[in-house]
Amino acid sequence: MGQKIERDFQRFRKIVRGKIKSDLSKYISRGEMIGRKGKELVSIPIPAIEIPQFKYGKRNSGGVGSGEGDVGAPLGPGGDENGIPQAGDEPGGHILEVDLSLDEMVEILGENLALPRIEPRGKKNIVSTKDKYNSIRQVGPESLRHFKRTYRRALKRQISSNTYDPINPKIIPIRPDKQYRSWRETPQPQAVAAIIYMMDVSGSMTDEQKEIVRIESFWLDSWIKKHYQGVETAYIIHDAVAREVDEHTFYHTRESGGTKISTAYELCKHLIDTRYPPESWNIYAFHFSDGDNWGDDIPQCQHLLHEKLLPRVNLFGYGQVESPYGSGEFIEHIGELSDKHENLVLSKVPNKDAILESIKDFLSTGR
Amino acid sequence: MNSSTFYNTNLPVHLRVLKDEIEAYAHEYGLDFFETIFEVVDADDLNEIAAYGGFPTRYPHWSFGMQYEELKKGYDYGLSKIYEMVINNDPCYAYLMQCNHLVDQKLVMAHVYGHCDFFKNNAFFAHTNRKMMDDIANHAAKIRDYSERFGEDEVESFIDRCMSIDDLIDIHSVAIKRRGEHSKYDFNEETNSIEAEPPRFKSKDYMDAYINPRERMSDEREPRKKQPTANFPDHPEKDVLLFLIEHAPLRNWQRDILSIIRDEAYYFTPQGQTKIMNEGWASYWHSTIMTQKVLQSSELIDYADHHSGTMAMSGGRLNPYKLGIELFRDIEERWNTGRFGSEYDDCDDLDTKRRWNRELGLGRKKIFEVRKIHNDITFIDTFLTPEFCHRHKLFSFGYNDSAEQYLIESREFDNIKKRLLFSLTNFGKPWIVVVNGNHRNRGELLLKHLHGGMDLKVDTARDTLANLQFMWNRPVHLETLIDGKPSLMSFDGNDHSTQLIGDNDDGKRKPDRKA
Repeated sequence: MGQKIERDFQRFRKIVRGKIKSDLSKYISRGEMIGRKGKELVSIPIPAIEIPQFKYGKRNSGGVGSGEGDVGAPLGPGGDENGIPQAGDEPGGHILEVDLSLDEMVEILGENLALPRIEPRGKKNIVSTKDKYNSIRQVGPESLRHFKRTYRRALKRQISSNTYDPINPKIIPIRPDKQYRSWRETPQPQAVAAIIYMMDVSGSMTDEQKEIVRIESFWLDSWIKKHYQGVETAYIIHDAVAREVDEHTFYHTRESGGTKISTAYELCKHLIDTRYPPESWNIYAFHFSDGDNWGDDIPQCQHLLHEKLLPRVNLFGYGQVESPYGSGEFIEHIGELSDKHENLVLSKVPNKDAILESIKDFLSTGR
Repeated sequence: MNSSTFYNTNLPVHLRVLKDEIEAYAHEYGLDFFETIFEVVDADDLNEIAAYGGFPTRYPHWSFGMQYEELKKGYDYGLSKIYEMVINNDPCYAYLMQCNHLVDQKLVMAHVYGHCDFFKNNAFFAHTNRKMMDDIANHAAKIRDYSERFGEDEVESFIDRCMSIDDLIDIHSVAIKRRGEHSKYDFNEETNSIEAEPPRFKSKDYMDAYINPRERMSDEREPRKKQPTANFPDHPEKDVLLFLIEHAPLRNWQRDILSIIRDEAYYFTPQGQTKIMNEGWASYWHSTIMTQKVLQSSELIDYADHHSGTMAMSGGRLNPYKLGIELFRDIEERWNTGRFGSEYDDCDDLDTKRRWNRELGLGRKKIFEVRKIHNDITFIDTFLTPEFCHRHKLFSFGYNDSAEQYLIESREFDNIKKRLLFSLTNFGKPWIVVVNGNHRNRGELLLKHLHGGMDLKVDTARDTLANLQFMWNRPVHLETLIDGKPSLMSFDGNDHSTQLIGDNDDGKRKPDRKA
């Protein structure tokens, strides 16, 4: 890329980032983005980056084409989204899709919500460095020579100096053509973390609520993963009993029957005891439910949280997803505990639009 | 690439030989062009140049970066590829893509000579600046200088606003010269003429009251102050940009940038006015030169593949290359066989018509004449025939509200021609004119959309209005039809409003906020 266009391109990317940042809630709550994170790129359609001009609307618009088809037959795709299809092969005003890496997206999330960086507990000072071969230098050992780049430069030079002969395409790199791989040191925090998601899958949680949980936990995941070298996740579902499941089952199970939250907390405690001893793990637990619980169970939940869980985890997030069926009382019952424990964060998520705020609730503690 | 305009002016030997050969053929056929300089560039460079509208030295702006991203993606995903790029300038500059096959290079060169001939000879290019390469670089230098002096963000966002209205020009004014030497503005004049003092005679202090009597001075000052309160312009003004340059309360650097944007918009105008003809003409000549002179039999398949790719229609959309070349061929054929004039038109016998041949052989001469005096609109208007539409299976299509998509509307000649001409009129964009720069006697700006049967897209119209308001710095109004009703869209700097015209007069209008 030439220097000049590079500059304009970066400027454009900056504007795109700004746009995404200001409309973040729209992009965050869009579920399909998660599905499209293939190869870590998030593709975001942004129609608003267009420079506005006076133009025609769709009504009465049209044009001329050619080919088969009777009067009344629909035209194939390819029309201009915003107005009349232009005569010809112009790119037209279609919506531009911009690729962002998931990393960038998470970075924007952090900036937008002004999230503090997470400070790992315990081993927080242990930082190792990792070498990444991701840059190029003019000097280096021959073993690191970048073959392709070197030859490409040589070819360019020969073509521009008119010494390239396509009949006899010999390319001989000279000293200034040679390019070498080079590395950059990136600090890698050594700390490891475990995220334990718990979700109520009793009858009152509908697909819509689960969608909210899925989107929210995706971004929670992404943010936490930025801060640790190794992150393990565990998933617990519960109705009147709890069990550990894989990620897919977690999001796709629906049970009927009563709710006993304490069973999930009990299992969570068990996981911490056996798998993620707090001495070596930073533990994040998130529990989502519609706030409906079996009345007699509440003291048991409070006890587990107060005695067994909160003293051992970095953060315990309880997200109450509003459902048409649940009573939504649970959040009040554990509310009193949050005075005693800074690391207990409660958040209500009435609908998709509230996801962003809720993420902020959970993560602005910086724990 | 910073200071030098050119990537590589030296063609490799084998391409230079080709260039000389093809140039000679082009001359032989009677094409007439400025000196043409070919540069060999790689795909990235070509995308970059194309993003800048063909001018690698264009001023910096993020939208070129966006263009580049689109072009690069299209190329990387194999969806689209720019084969050639040629600049209307004396000399002409043309770019060849490094990795193209030899047969493609030949085709592109032949195609380029067609364009260069068109640039030099078509009447609508006659007024274009043939030293645009230099001017564009000067524009860039000025804008970079302003960025340093007034801040990059400030300048950039002003350019955003200029680009938002850069199509509000009078595309015919260059040829017609409605207002004489209107492209000269004096940006160095610091004082605003509205407030300017009447001329004073030189005098000693104690004599001043006698030599420049206060009475006379205020008499002279009066008409100057009065002038802008009169309604203006006298006639609706199509060149909205010029009107703003002359009357909007802009700072000098802003005025200068707006005039740069305007100059460049005018420079690119004939390109848009003659797209079908220009591409058709170039395609006609690449196909003629290739098939009759240059093509080796071993290259035939590749050539045919490329040529048909260029001519392909997708999704029923019209391809200007295809329409243009076919129309030129049709004209050539008709003037060769004498299928024109009243005798042919009046003939009712289809069989006679089919076998009609007066052996006039005027085809070549005719198409040279056509390329000289027509633009796309007159070209289509004059030479599109029912037979042509039928042969090429043309149809008109329209947006169907209930089906929420475009449907084939008609295969009738009249409908097709009407649609085609409408889509070419003012580049398929709405006509907007300035009606009054002192609307309601309050210095507000009143624009009018000359409604041709199609409503404006409301959301973008609002945003554009806001950009106009920023420049005018007083409320701005646009008269248009919305769903058949005369409406007035307004933006006062804070709020947008839309009201029906007629049952609503100034008195009822909600009072403007104090600025």
